[in-house]
Amino acid sequence: MTKVSMTVNGRPVSGEVEGRTLLVQFLREGLGLTGTHVGCDTSQCGACVVHVDGRAVKSCTMFAQEAEGAEVVTIEGMANADGSLSVIQQAFQDHHGLQCGFCTPGMVMSAAALLADNPHPSEAEIRAYLEGNICRCTGYHNIVKAIMAASGQDVSAIAAE
Amino acid sequence: MPKDHGIGAPSKRREDVRFLTGQGRYTDDINLHGQAHAVFVRSQVAHGRLNGVDTAAAAAMPGVIRVFTGADFEGVGGLPCGWQVTDRHGQPMQEPGHPVLAQGKVRHVGDPIAVVVAETLEQARDAAEAVEVDIEELEPVLDMKAALAEGAPKVHDDLTGNLCYDWGFVEENREAVNAAFQKAAHVTTLELVNQRLVPNAMEPRVAVGDYAPATGDSTLYTTSQNPHVIRLLMGAFVLGIPEHKLRVVAPDVGGGFGSKIFHYAEEAFCTFAAKQLRRPVKWTCTRSESFITDAHGRDHVTKIELALDAEGHFQALRTETYANMGAYLSTFAPSVPTWLHGTLMAGNYKTPLIYVNVKAVFTNTVPVDAYRGAGRPEATFQLERVIDKAAREMGMDPVDIRRKNFITEFPYATPVAVEYDTGDYHATMDKLAEIADLAGFEKRLADSKARGKLRGLGINSYIEACGIAPSHLVGQLGARAGLYESATVRVNATGGLVVMTGSHSHGQGHETSFAQVVADMIGIDENMVEIVHGDTANTPMGMGTYGSRSLAVGGSAMVRATEKIIAKAKKIAAHLMEAAPEDIELKDGAFTVAGTDKSVAWGDVTLAAYVPHNYPLEEIEPGLEETAFYDPNNFTYPAGAYSCEVEVDPDTGKVEICSFAAADDFGNIVNPMIVDGQVHGGLAQGIGQALLEGAAYDEYGQLLSGSYMDYAMPRAGDMPSFTVDHSCQTPCTHNPLGVKGCGEAGAIGSPPAVVNAVVDALQRSGHTNVTHIDMPLTPARVWAAMQG
Repeated sequence: MTKVSMTVNGRPVSGEVEGRTLLVQFLREGLGLTGTHVGCDTSQCGACVVHVDGRAVKSCTMFAQEAEGAEVVTIEGMANADGSLSVIQQAFQDHHGLQCGFCTPGMVMSAAALLADNPHPSEAEIRAYLEGNICRCTGYHNIVKAIMAASGQDVSAIAAE
Repeated sequence: MPKDHGIGAPSKRREDVRFLTGQGRYTDDINLHGQAHAVFVRSQVAHGRLNGVDTAAAAAMPGVIRVFTGADFEGVGGLPCGWQVTDRHGQPMQEPGHPVLAQGKVRHVGDPIAVVVAETLEQARDAAEAVEVDIEELEPVLDMKAALAEGAPKVHDDLTGNLCYDWGFVEENREAVNAAFQKAAHVTTLELVNQRLVPNAMEPRVAVGDYAPATGDSTLYTTSQNPHVIRLLMGAFVLGIPEHKLRVVAPDVGGGFGSKIFHYAEEAFCTFAAKQLRRPVKWTCTRSESFITDAHGRDHVTKIELALDAEGHFQALRTETYANMGAYLSTFAPSVPTWLHGTLMAGNYKTPLIYVNVKAVFTNTVPVDAYRGAGRPEATFQLERVIDKAAREMGMDPVDIRRKNFITEFPYATPVAVEYDTGDYHATMDKLAEIADLAGFEKRLADSKARGKLRGLGINSYIEACGIAPSHLVGQLGARAGLYESATVRVNATGGLVVMTGSHSHGQGHETSFAQVVADMIGIDENMVEIVHGDTANTPMGMGTYGSRSLAVGGSAMVRATEKIIAKAKKIAAHLMEAAPEDIELKDGAFTVAGTDKSVAWGDVTLAAYVPHNYPLEEIEPGLEETAFYDPNNFTYPAGAYSCEVEVDPDTGKVEICSFAAADDFGNIVNPMIVDGQVHGGLAQGIGQALLEGAAYDEYGQLLSGSYMDYAMPRAGDMPSFTVDHSCQTPCTHNPLGVKGCGEAGAIGSPPAVVNAVVDALQRSGHTNVTHIDMPLTPARVWAAMQG
């Protein structure tokens, strides 16, 4: 077992991990941050996306030890300081961008990374960016719409309901 | 002006706040003090004789608590099947045993053989590698027709062959149907495959068993769409635990689509092992494991024939389907190719004579059961494909041939045993023409052509029977369960309500939409109503959520219970205002005496119910809590018309969906935002089936498409934006809300629209020999079809 230390959602944390312990396991089991989900075992589904030093990372694809000293942000760290939903979270609720909620944390984390890089993405750019996030409930329509709305764009560009 | 609250309002979902902030509580988020971890050792071969399991090395590994094998389950019941189909000759289906852990034979890749329980998950995984399994491989049976051939290897040695049942529906119509074909002016024949799919809810299955030695109570936390059904099946049939000593909790569940209806071995194992070991036992499915253990869907091979007169009127329909059951009968598997499929073969049309034959077959593959739509997509696909083919053969427009045959008078009794209560199929087709701009297709066709693309338009209608289901009817059809739903409405002293429903929400948004209904009935704020579901300890016995039944059946139970509440509250209000109960009106959360200005607030009445100082105790009991069980007297029949426009790349065969429009009639709508979302999701699953998805087995019975690297899950870039409309509304006549259900429509109506569109694109571009391509329409298949 090795000791790892990092900052998660602004809070310094540390814990003992095995070499094979994945970052997602450390977050879920070590820190009890169960908002980050595991939906597959081939790094495809994106339910486990978190931010590591400002970049979107699939936390099932990184060992906990690789995050030594890193700044990690998870879905639990995405709301506003007063606990209200952030712009992206609020847009997901307003536009029904989630159903069962299981892929949602990864979707929100990916959306945040996208908008940080590209504040006004087109529909095609959003769809392309979400290549690594699978949703089985929504058909993506309202996720795309929510991300466009969160970027301040007119969502009537998305086909009418 | 859309409503801003209550029935008909697009109320934002209250459950979203926890899901968006990482505060959802899914089964894998549950960790009990002292829990041990279970890892299953599974068959790596499709068919084999299990000669021995050596657990000695594994048992000696660090952290291992115990290794279980089939021998530990010899005195335990098998997993039961909940539906018995009677065959064409009046005989019951062949029903094999389904042990929790393999006994004597393994019958599909993934069949559980042993389980290691250890202190940590890593220790259990390591030790599972050390379990030595001695299997004598046997030849597997994979192809259904080969499985029925003389001398084929038997999946179950104690059965007579691999035929589960040979079902005829309606058997008495068989000769009349054949005679109609003899006389028909035109007969269109189509052979097709409705391929096997893997449901793939994003949350893998999880089970956590717990046991309290002091009380003898068992608890199972599980990823289920119907915790009461699991409690009954597992308690009564597998483990012999009476319901009052067994609690099943399905907390937040990350999607189901049918695959979490069924009772699985892992649930029984964790409950059993927790009691044996006197400590909690947790199992979390990996995605790879879910591919080989979650029940799959579809997998039908069908020949369909449509007889028409010279003007294109449907005269008779005849089908022969081979339906794959897989290696065992999953909980509701026998019902899917029969009663959920045969009864839908009339579609939206006045076909007077129909005969459906289904041969259900055992093979060495993962069991197949209900997956979103369950039987109804299979029915709709073959019907809407053969109609399209018939129209082309007869030189008719695909919309015209459908309109010519639409049922227009309701109620309508079909020749396949169901009675449609309401519908207006011309209206949804008209609406489709409007929202899809069908009139503008020729221009778009020209634009595509100018860009070197082959454009096609696919249209179809669909109907589904949902709101499952009248108990008296399904009982006659072989269901070993009732299919009512339940609700308890508990009003608190200060006026807030808790509704405990037997339905289960795993993405459908019941916590919001159910609250809208109750709040609307009483005239109070939606936030005064809380919806509780998913725990057998605090909800009445209910059958759960599937078959687009929750609002139509569960919502109706809730309405009935709320009506009882209102009736009692009116008596209390009448007492408080010294008036007759029949003169009391409830509006906007206030009780008034008709024709007077007397009024008491909802909260005054609820307080009086619990503080009965001034109360008609001689007439009614204190308190305000009512339960209702609702058993529908018919299915509901949502229907609609869908269109898809595609562009095919002539060089590669790649299909791009340019637009998809859905005009649905769901009857009355409680939350239009949620309904839109349900349709979107269904469309994506249907389009996924049409273009991308398919479970592929090799000749040895190995699942080739066993991960997200290999199974083509639809991604955002594969999907178009959708145009959906549900303004055509013919309310259901037999439930109090007039609702029909919307969960499965998209998955039922979309595959034929996509395939019709691709065939249309090829036909229009001169590939006139292409009359059908089997799903998924991958570039390779479409390209091959174009090569002739």
